[in-house]
Amino acid sequence: MAARETKISVKGLAKAFGRNHVLRGLDIEVEAGTSVVVIGGSGTGKSVLIKSILGIVEPDAGQILIDGQDVLAASRRQAQALRGQIGMLFQGAALFDSLPVWENVAFGLMAKAKIPRDQARVRAVETLEAVGLGEPVADLFPAELSGGMQKRVGLARAIATRPAILFFDEPTTGLDPIMADVINDLIRSVVSDLGATALSITHDMASVRKIADRVAMLYEGRIIWEGPAKDIDASGNPFVDQFVHGRADGPIATIQAPQRRAG
Amino acid sequence: MNPLALTGAAVLGIVSTLGGLVTFALRALSRGIVGPWYPRQILRQMLDIGYYSLPVVGLTAIFTGMVLALQSYTGFSRFQAQSAIPNIVVLSMTRELGPVLAGLMVAGRVGASMAAELGTMRVTEQIDALSTLSTDPYRYLVFPRLLGGVLMLPALVLVADVIGIMGGWLVSTVKLGFNPVSYVNSTFGFLSTGDVVSGLVKAAVFGFLVCLMGCYQGYMSRGGAQGVGTATTRAVVAASILILTSDYIVTEIFFSH
Ligand SMILES: Nc1ncnc2c1ncn2[C@@H]1O[C@H](COP(=O)(O)OP(=O)(O)OP(=O)(O)O)[C@@H](O)[C@H]1O
Ligand SMILES: [Mg+2]
Repeated sequence: MAARETKISVKGLAKAFGRNHVLRGLDIEVEAGTSVVVIGGSGTGKSVLIKSILGIVEPDAGQILIDGQDVLAASRRQAQALRGQIGMLFQGAALFDSLPVWENVAFGLMAKAKIPRDQARVRAVETLEAVGLGEPVADLFPAELSGGMQKRVGLARAIATRPAILFFDEPTTGLDPIMADVINDLIRSVVSDLGATALSITHDMASVRKIADRVAMLYEGRIIWEGPAKDIDASGNPFVDQFVHGRADGPIATIQAPQRRAG
Repeated sequence: MNPLALTGAAVLGIVSTLGGLVTFALRALSRGIVGPWYPRQILRQMLDIGYYSLPVVGLTAIFTGMVLALQSYTGFSRFQAQSAIPNIVVLSMTRELGPVLAGLMVAGRVGASMAAELGTMRVTEQIDALSTLSTDPYRYLVFPRLLGGVLMLPALVLVADVIGIMGGWLVSTVKLGFNPVSYVNSTFGFLSTGDVVSGLVKAAVFGFLVCLMGCYQGYMSRGGAQGVGTATTRAVVAASILILTSDYIVTEIFFSH
């Protein structure tokens, strides 16, 4: 594989909520056109990591570069332009509950790409079909959908504008195994066909194997292992081994105290 | 806590919120005025604030007008001053009771629902989602609500004025034996543009304050259902206090010289 440019680069990212030191100098790089999956236990700060990149959470320290430009140091307008390339699927879907499903999906098309409503609706329905939903749900409201359906609408909303960068926070959680596989294929094709750069979070090892080019494991506020997805079973790292095989015993403490550090 | 300490804490809380509130308002206005505008959102808010508040405000106004006539009669008949009733009703309604009562009713209805809606959007990350879709929440959510409040409250108050005066007329003619035509004549004979205008200016100020408090408390809410509940209460209480405070200030400006 030819050397690719780095699309996203995070250096020394730190974030604490009160005395809860969630991220403690995290480094990660995502090359353009690749799919990186971050794995790690519940509550280790995976969502905080991508929210920091999106500017929803304000980090305490560190650098976040998108296309080589530091978004934390940039002007508001500039940072908006850099982050404007990111499509995001939230862990809880975060659909606008006052708008019907199709308007949720078409929101970015109308706001960002300034596509007229009727055309945006057509594109929205097409995108809904890609995630295994379609015309019948287009006029429903998010509250009328099951959790898994909401997740897929959230996914459709994230990819509708064909952004250059995509963040998926647990895209397959709450889906049945077949639909999870459909979504995995979809994510894979968004990356390989559209050339998007993806940063995903998941607990689902089947999903990791399917969508990841590279895998990074987050533990105690840092990336403790990073490598190609094919090496995941032979990482030689006891933390990764324990996570991949889902064993209760191993170096990772199973009774989670919030991560605290004295002083 | 003793009542004094409680009052002190409340005052301190209000003062410390004030800085954040002013920043919030300026940001919403400066960004909202520049655009992009969201006509659909503005229209939806105008309907919600204006049209759907009509029943509540109308009902409040008619009974206020009726009570006003009845009370003034029982008080003024002692001095043989019953003839002042039309004047009392029209002045009180247009200058004071119309705007203040409409403002308070809208604070309870609209301010509370804005805080709850924006609060829920905050805790379910819908506000964060907006910004990932290249949409500024201040422009999309806050500005249409502020504009709706400023435009629709004066309209509501105009309706409340008319209905309140009608209520007073009804009681005066049916129960107190006034001549219907001469009551109307003395009402209009006494009414000046300044009275109505001052009431409408108050209404615009109250509309702004109610919607600002609803948006601010909702936008800043934290911590799930409980946080949204707290935001709703705060929005209504703060808006009510602000209405009564600013009422005095606007009255002072209009009528002190
Ligand atoms: N807004 C917040 N205020 C306070 N603490 C927070 C906030 N957001 C996250 N945290 C804390 O940060 C830690 C990491 O949260 P995060 O949501 O990133 O976990 P996660 O790795 O995504 O877990 P999961 O896999 O369960 O989604 C948690 O301990 C959480 O309590
Ligand atoms: Mg998470």
